[in-house]
Amino acid sequence: MKLAYWPGCVSRGFTPELHGAMAAVAPKLGLELVELDRANCCGAGVIAEHNQELVDALNARTFALAQKVDGAAGMMNICSTCQGAQSECQERLDADAAYRTHINEHLEPEGLEYEKGGAWWNKNFLWLLVEEIGLDVLRERVVRPLDGLRVGPFYGCYIVRPTRRLGFDFYPDRDRYLEQVIEACGAEPVAYAGSHKCCGFPVITLNRETSLRQAGRHMADALDAGADCVVTPCPLCHLNLDLQQPEAQPFVERDLGMPVLHLPQLVGLALGLDVKALGLHRHVVKTDAVQDKVAALAAAA
Amino acid sequence: MPDYTLKIRRFDPESGRPAYWQEFGVDLPEERSVLDAILRAKDEQDGSLSIRCSCQAAICGSCGVRINGMSRLACNTKLSEAAEDGRNGAIVVEPMGNMPVIKDLIVDMDAVHWKKVQRVVPWLLPEGDPPAREYIVDPESMIDVTQSMACIHCGACVSACLSLEVDPEFIGPAALAKAYRFVGDPRDAHTEDRLLDLAEDPHGIYDCTHCFACVEVCPKDVAPMDQIMRLRRRATADYGIKDQNNGYGHEKAFTDLIEKYGTLSEAQLLPKSYGDGSLIRAQVKPAALKELGAKFPTVIRGLTSGKVSPKTALLHHKLQDQDQIRRIYEEVESKEDRLELNLYIVGESGGEEEGATSEGGQEE
Repeated sequence: MKLAYWPGCVSRGFTPELHGAMAAVAPKLGLELVELDRANCCGAGVIAEHNQELVDALNARTFALAQKVDGAAGMMNICSTCQGAQSECQERLDADAAYRTHINEHLEPEGLEYEKGGAWWNKNFLWLLVEEIGLDVLRERVVRPLDGLRVGPFYGCYIVRPTRRLGFDFYPDRDRYLEQVIEACGAEPVAYAGSHKCCGFPVITLNRETSLRQAGRHMADALDAGADCVVTPCPLCHLNLDLQQPEAQPFVERDLGMPVLHLPQLVGLALGLDVKALGLHRHVVKTDAVQDKVAALAAAA
Repeated sequence: MPDYTLKIRRFDPESGRPAYWQEFGVDLPEERSVLDAILRAKDEQDGSLSIRCSCQAAICGSCGVRINGMSRLACNTKLSEAAEDGRNGAIVVEPMGNMPVIKDLIVDMDAVHWKKVQRVVPWLLPEGDPPAREYIVDPESMIDVTQSMACIHCGACVSACLSLEVDPEFIGPAALAKAYRFVGDPRDAHTEDRLLDLAEDPHGIYDCTHCFACVEVCPKDVAPMDQIMRLRRRATADYGIKDQNNGYGHEKAFTDLIEKYGTLSEAQLLPKSYGDGSLIRAQVKPAALKELGAKFPTVIRGLTSGKVSPKTALLHHKLQDQDQIRRIYEEVESKEDRLELNLYIVGESGGEEEGATSEGGQEE
């Protein structure tokens, strides 16, 4: 499957292990990724807060670039925040023809145009895995079922709310996909209070205490529920849950040490990829416990 | 008639017992509401079961509860729908979150919700004497506040708010939506004072984590988070309020970086956010230096884990077509008024006819 691929800013910045893991996983799933290297930041909610017309024009530009990729089935992103910010703009662009025409005028000098089309889509890797590739196909390709690995899902707000904007009318299970993918990888999903809550990243510079209390509480809940690690389709959540985890610990007054995996890393492990190729050594919270479990599986097999 | 099981969280502070769960079986048609079922259980099985309710038509906003974990109006939730999301065959009903429980499903709205609403001065403060007859306002200028007027004060958003969960002092979604109702009203004469107050408060508009929980649960489509973003937009773009919470700096740093590079440079975002959007101010402003110093361990951890290389931290490349991004910025930002498409007015499937756009805010 050929895809217009929007990796987002953070996977090429502070979470390079995510970008690498996706690149390693794609061929294993038969995905041909055409990276949109001319496309711009989605605005992450901040440009929307600043100026709606600006963020709509910027994301319409990304969609238009994606629509020009010859033979692509659609556009894929690997960031919950990109998904939500882009879906918000697409909702406005698709709702009103006059508004769409106006926004397209900003793209015209570059020879671009966003076309509203029923068949065109922009999906996070999580949605793509379940809806376009299919869990059965994923199961077939799993060469190293992650038996006994207990994984807590962490979605990221932007990919689960608001449901009406995010296509839940058509795909009502989108808030259960992570559990389904964890299962398809042979691992065991762990239920805990924070799985669909906010990681706190958007306010890390605005209210550090609110932000780190959120991150700390969710990781503590996952720990109490017996998770070996959590997995997220959002690199911004990863920044607050992994990079900031040592800073979050004092706010919950305990040691956490909860490894936080990117979704392609978890899938990559099940597909038999090497932990180094997946960048598991490039985390702030050590992933040794996860690596040991996976190594033990290999030894048993 | 279908048989529904309600699993209700009970609590009576006067009993001396802790909270407990109790199940009630109720026979009602599937189109009836969860409130109907609760009232039926109260009538036929236990008269002490307590819930606040009145209109039973999603207008009075009295019967806010959590159904299967979601904050909702009990009268506005069909039994069939609730049973679908239920756990182990039962519809789970709890009192709303983030507020103390008075008894069973009744929470103390005064202690949290109403106190916070009062905090934002929820009445009009016009300048001078009132006109001889009515105030005349341009209908277009009221488009944005229409949505915040739809609030019925049920508290569902307060119950669901993920910032309030960790910071009880957060002013919260309902009160801030109400604040926008007056900030956005052209008759009000204290727009800047209101914004200054809400921007400088550490528990004000910049304490919202942008999680959409309030948007998801509001039974009246008020989208409180969107109103909070409107407050931020007014505070920064229209009044240039440089708040102590870095709200102004964060927004300016972010939008400026995308204008310059096209993609985000996280390494520059942080210091610029603390310096009101400027790298130089980040190095001379004492508060900025302090906050940057506190970040030092995180930076070191990022570098030693191999997550961040000094190269990615220091060098950020411009997009190939960065001049196009700059052109779009120029085209949009040179306009006198901001163009906004209000989907609350248009409706999401507004079809292809011309919708409601408003020109929000004034450039000063």
